[in-house]
Amino acid sequence: MSLLRCRGLRKTFGGHVVLDGLDLSVDEHRVVALIGASGSGKSTLLRCVNLLEELDDGTIELDGQDISDPRVDPDRVRRRIGMVFQAYNLFPHLSVLDNVTLAPVRVHRRPRAEAEAQARELLDRVGLGAKANAYPDRLSGGQQQRVAIVRALANSPRLMLLDEVTSALDPELVGEVLALIRELKADGMTMVLATHEMGFAREVADQVCFLDGGRVVESGPPERVLGDPTEPRTRQFLRRIIEAGRL
Amino acid sequence: MILAPHEPSAAQRRRQAYRRRQTVTSVLVAAASTAALGTLLVVAVIGAPGWDRVRASFADPAIARDALPEVLAGLWLNVRLLVCCAAGALLLGLLVAILRTLRGPVFFPVRALAAGYTYTFRGLPLIIVLYVLTLGVPGLRLQGMPPVLVLGGLALVLTYGGYLAEVFRAGIESVHPSQLAAARSLGLTYRQTMRHVVLPQAVRRVAPPLLNDVVALQKDVGLVSLAGPIDAVRAAQIATAETFNYTPYIVAGALFVLLAIPLIAVTDWVTLRAARRQGR
Repeated sequence: MSLLRCRGLRKTFGGHVVLDGLDLSVDEHRVVALIGASGSGKSTLLRCVNLLEELDDGTIELDGQDISDPRVDPDRVRRRIGMVFQAYNLFPHLSVLDNVTLAPVRVHRRPRAEAEAQARELLDRVGLGAKANAYPDRLSGGQQQRVAIVRALANSPRLMLLDEVTSALDPELVGEVLALIRELKADGMTMVLATHEMGFAREVADQVCFLDGGRVVESGPPERVLGDPTEPRTRQFLRRIIEAGRL
Repeated sequence: MILAPHEPSAAQRRRQAYRRRQTVTSVLVAAASTAALGTLLVVAVIGAPGWDRVRASFADPAIARDALPEVLAGLWLNVRLLVCCAAGALLLGLLVAILRTLRGPVFFPVRALAAGYTYTFRGLPLIIVLYVLTLGVPGLRLQGMPPVLVLGGLALVLTYGGYLAEVFRAGIESVHPSQLAAARSLGLTYRQTMRHVVLPQAVRRVAPPLLNDVVALQKDVGLVSLAGPIDAVRAAQIATAETFNYTPYIVAGALFVLLAIPLIAVTDWVTLRAARRQGR
């Protein structure tokens, strides 16, 4: 059974249609990469799944539960989903350790000592154990993004949503973040990631979805969608990417 | 990080020597210009034709000594009122600012009330609020009426709470929406997000303007003397009326400046620390 199933999602901002009847389903332990031009609805889709945006139509099911039902408590849903943002969005007034333990302590009501031990273990795993007491603005972009991923992981989510997590990084820092995502895949984490890194999508994703005009235009294994796309719009998009030297 | 011992090159030694010479020159220039300006000011004031009269009526040491105990007693009232009113106004301002950010139809009356409060009390002159509360309200002859000092303090809290609420609100709204998105995505409720993510950042950001308003409050607490209690300025006024000499006012003014120095120093320190924390 699918862990996440989106049916007929529609979302408009003002008069602008961003999602236009989008369907997507993600099985457990699978990694789905969303590709497509800016404004094709990748980020909006992720924000809708995390209930940060209200849908105009359609349903979203997580673990068989309709989470787009207005009677569902969004806070309880979000505890099961980890989200990582393009701009990291770490809390600048909290140390790295406090950033990571905030949700386990406040949301899951775990004892602080236990949460801190778990946070230190996770930070050690991503090579940031020495930075536990530093403040986010003392860290490089790559380090901040790894902390943001650890912060989402500390909630033990069922599903991770990664929104262009390397787009704000200097090229030499992209690798350390991608390596961490690769490890998450190896651990069996279910992930949906919006990305511009076609090479990475090809390597890490089980399924690539090309979004255009608010719908999934083409979807399938990365070799096929990126190597031999059937849809003209996918071909056009990939040609532009190749011209820009990103593939 | 351990710094390895480093022997500066000849070029660096020349630069250091040059910078040392520059520093000495700057200090000398600053001292000379300060001395020149100071001399000019002193000559202009002391050399003015009416200086002797002014000194006699504004800076008479004997009158200053006589007035000091009363003015100090009045200042003690200022200090007590300041502490209570500042705490009250900060709490009220924070509460009103939070109420104004609440979303949802249930909170409409609360929001409207909070907005109406800030509009009214920022517009109303403090003196009118003081008169209504200290002269009007006791006229109701209700049972358990608090003393006039408490009513005066209440007027100050109500007026300054309005200003502080807007300062807090500006701080809350200055926190980027992505911070809220990050907090909510972790499963924090709206209240937890406010408490742990938004308010700590907002309050730090607006600490300087908040303390600025507290410094302003320090001067306005004396207005309760309009209703009877004797503060430092009122004490100076009484002393002046007895001696026909303005020196007591100067004494009160000097004490107010002394009282403000620690507050202003705290403001500067908070601003500096916030800037350093953010790595700027």
